[in-house]
Amino acid sequence: MSLFSPIKDHHSETQLFVGRVILSSVIGVVLLGVVVGRLVQLQVVDHQLFAEQSQGNRIRIEAVPPTRGLIFDRRGRVLAENLPAYQLELIPEQVPDINDTLARLAKLGLIGEEDIPRFNGLSQSGPRFKPITLRFRLTDDEIANFAVQRPRFPGVDLQPRLVRHYPDGELVAHAVGYVGALSTADLERLDAAAYSGTSHTGKTGVEHFNEGVLHGDVGFRQVVTNALGRQVPAETRDYADSAAESESPIPGDNLYLSLDIDLQRVAAKQLEGRRGAIVAIDPRNGEILALFSAPAFDPNSFATGMSPSEYNALQQDDQRPLFNRAVRGSYPPGSTIKPMLALAALEIGATNLTRRSVCIGWYSLPGSTHRYRDWRPQGHGEVDLHDAIQQSCDVYFYEISRDIGIDNMHYYLEQFGLGNVTGIDMTGEADGLVPSREWKRNAFRERADQVWFPGETIIASIGQGYLLATPLQLASATATLAMRGQRFKPHLVAAFEDPLTGKRILMPPERLPNVQINDEFYWDNVLAAMHDVMQSGRGTARAVGLGAPYDMAGKSGTAQVFTIAQEEKYDEDEIDERLRDHALFIAFAPFEDPQIAVAVIVENGSSGSGIAAPMARAIMDQHLGFNDDEL
Amino acid sequence: MSFSDTQRLFSGGNAPLSGVGSILQRLYLDGPLLGGLLMVCALGLVVLYSAVAQNMDLWIQQCMRLVVALVAMLIVAQLPPDLLRRWTPWGYLGGLILLIMVLAAGEVGQGAQRWLDIGIRFQPSEIMKLAVPMMAAWYLHDRQLPPKFMDLVVIGVLIIVPTVLIARQPDLGTSLLIAMSGVLVIVLAGLPIRVMVLLALASIPGAYVLWQFMQDYQKQRVLTLLNPDSDPLGAGYNIIQSKIAIGSGGLFGKGWTNGSQAQLEFLPERDTDFIFAVMGEELGLLGVLSLLALYLFVVGRGLYIAIQARDTFSRLLAGSISLTFFVYVFVNTAMVTGLVPVVGVPLPLVSFGGTSMVTLLAGFGILMSIHRHRKLLPH
Repeated sequence: MSLFSPIKDHHSETQLFVGRVILSSVIGVVLLGVVVGRLVQLQVVDHQLFAEQSQGNRIRIEAVPPTRGLIFDRRGRVLAENLPAYQLELIPEQVPDINDTLARLAKLGLIGEEDIPRFNGLSQSGPRFKPITLRFRLTDDEIANFAVQRPRFPGVDLQPRLVRHYPDGELVAHAVGYVGALSTADLERLDAAAYSGTSHTGKTGVEHFNEGVLHGDVGFRQVVTNALGRQVPAETRDYADSAAESESPIPGDNLYLSLDIDLQRVAAKQLEGRRGAIVAIDPRNGEILALFSAPAFDPNSFATGMSPSEYNALQQDDQRPLFNRAVRGSYPPGSTIKPMLALAALEIGATNLTRRSVCIGWYSLPGSTHRYRDWRPQGHGEVDLHDAIQQSCDVYFYEISRDIGIDNMHYYLEQFGLGNVTGIDMTGEADGLVPSREWKRNAFRERADQVWFPGETIIASIGQGYLLATPLQLASATATLAMRGQRFKPHLVAAFEDPLTGKRILMPPERLPNVQINDEFYWDNVLAAMHDVMQSGRGTARAVGLGAPYDMAGKSGTAQVFTIAQEEKYDEDEIDERLRDHALFIAFAPFEDPQIAVAVIVENGSSGSGIAAPMARAIMDQHLGFNDDEL
Repeated sequence: MSFSDTQRLFSGGNAPLSGVGSILQRLYLDGPLLGGLLMVCALGLVVLYSAVAQNMDLWIQQCMRLVVALVAMLIVAQLPPDLLRRWTPWGYLGGLILLIMVLAAGEVGQGAQRWLDIGIRFQPSEIMKLAVPMMAAWYLHDRQLPPKFMDLVVIGVLIIVPTVLIARQPDLGTSLLIAMSGVLVIVLAGLPIRVMVLLALASIPGAYVLWQFMQDYQKQRVLTLLNPDSDPLGAGYNIIQSKIAIGSGGLFGKGWTNGSQAQLEFLPERDTDFIFAVMGEELGLLGVLSLLALYLFVVGRGLYIAIQARDTFSRLLAGSISLTFFVYVFVNTAMVTGLVPVVGVPLPLVSFGGTSMVTLLAGFGILMSIHRHRKLLPH
């Protein structure tokens, strides 16, 4: 501040100020005039042009779905591929009368009458410019038929796209699984942005478990669409340059499975007309060689879509084709657990190799009259452990079971992988069940039911009672037997392949803790007994091992589906097919250098050695190169 | 239109007192200005309801902000101008300290920092929107006008310091608008026209030459600095869609909430910077001209109040506040119609978001105070 303020001339200052306000106002009015002029130019002079652009030319960002990874078997044969196909789409905002259009499409046979209400609902729920897929895959005839009629169906169009295809259909239905149309539930689970261009997702099996790598990464492109929503080639638009931004999708990884499609074919043929499952594992690394559940279904019908009635028929079929028996079916393992129990009994000293029992066809606990029957009514006579495995003598195991005890059974059977999921790379695997005292305490509500009865130990020793195992668990346990206690986690995916670089990542075998039975002598003897099951004069499956060009080992099992009363006889011809015993067989080969371990379960197949064992043999023949039949 | 016509047009507030008039007078509110502002806000809320896609929650949120801003205006209107003037240096100093605190906090947070959290979150740059023109007017209050060269240097420093601090946040758009509000004070105070013309003439070729010497990546940086939120390609897309929206609206518009560009989300930032395009599409040329007319009325009434003011401080401040408001309107509408590059300036009192609404209406509160208190300040 200066020492003295100069005298302010208020009048001239006011004049100056008013002058400046007027100047500013003039400039302001001119500037505003420019804006108004611009508005007039846009809204009056060029109105028609912009009206057309807003009506017709719309830049839309469209998601470009990635190509789903292919799935191959162990020898590079395609199990799942993507085939070009035409799908039928409807864009609600372009259809003058949706009801009428759907009715006429139904009349042409392109959609089912029963689908009309569903599509009607869909057309009302989503954004009106978003296409609804009416059919995922049209046949050549349907395409030709619709092409002729197309002018009569504004808003309905054919769209090319890739459809998942399983060339071997039923053979891989349960192992590879299938993809199905994305459901609302799927979209809540998955990243909606990543799936914005995708129509299908893996629902079961390998397709589901490996969804993350198979799907790939979504890409984008900006498209210019006209008033009807149909895409206009970008180069015909003047501002296409500024809009032509895009990002290519990254395709999903290809998968190489350890599965052998030839082995699947043999398994399917063996189980034809039956309910059951076959699982084969390479015992040296846990690779799944075959995994088949019968009856199967055509996974392609899920990929291309089916009508609700078709789906209901599949769902309600009393043969339960959708049920994956190989990993979800829980069956009493029957006598197939005898080799494992024999090893446990030797390890803990509940028996020895020279102990002999006399089998008279039944066994009773001291002080009880209840008879636990042997499968052979007349008995096996005097048997040792080797004979008991070879001939599957139940009484021998009834006797030693009291010394093993249920908790030891539980301890050793769990080491073979029973009672817990194996950890295979597919979803939905069942646990099975290996009972113990503790389990029973927790499993029942009533105090009286929580007590473990001695009789329950007896029947557990022949794989009955509470015991349950899946075919996969039995195959894995068989592989463990073949490897003398060395365990690998079963897996289907052998390698991932980047389709752009061709680079492969191999999945190394995953070791699991060994079975804690270290005396090779025990293994020698039990495995020798399993060998003699198939390849000695008294083995239960000797007919199956007869004349084989290689040595093999196995064990039959027959699991009761229902309990026979004490004095009744089991008469196969008299009882309903559904109540017949399940037939089981486990085997591995070659005996000296195991390369394959198999578990076969045939529901209500009556005889393990008679029905299931030949199936196991056929699988091993195929794998080891001794199958002369045409595939 | 002669000056006396203008005076008649904007002098409605001096009409004989009715019932409403006496209430307004007792509350130190200016009727015409309040009426104009309320009409702008009302029209804004109507457009905003459509622009937020009929989301009631967001709309009510904006209504609440408007109520807060109106209360702020009412409070400020009660403060006599000489009180405001005596507070000005302290407010300016406080604002500077807050700006430095924000920068320091931003240094710690390693990123752009505009907000200060002291109980309530606010941007100190909002204080400066009023404090800078007030400080310039305060300095010139009892000096001889037109300002001397040394006065210009001092005011220049008073303007540049907060401008640089805000630009470092970094928020170049806001800092330039704040500098503009200070410069307007000097212009109104009588900066010689030949100096203004000289500066303008020198800056245009100067900027052009500088631009030519810049590398592409430097140009890119300047563009990004001007408009941090979108790349040129994105901005180009915005402008295309905005022009299509306005142009397709025609004379009468497509009807409220019926704009396909706006409702189908072709138009980006439709509820904030580009809300003018929504209005152009849905209410047509007539709609946007009505809004511009309301804005013009508000600015005109503000300038009338400035001319009526009795002392230098009030006069310069009222003029600067009114003209700055006009600059906001012009920059936004020119940007949305594709006349000037996209810079992030919202349409005042209409765009969604309330931080600037309180400052804007507080500024108009000062105008009202100046107008209503002038009789109590005999000169």
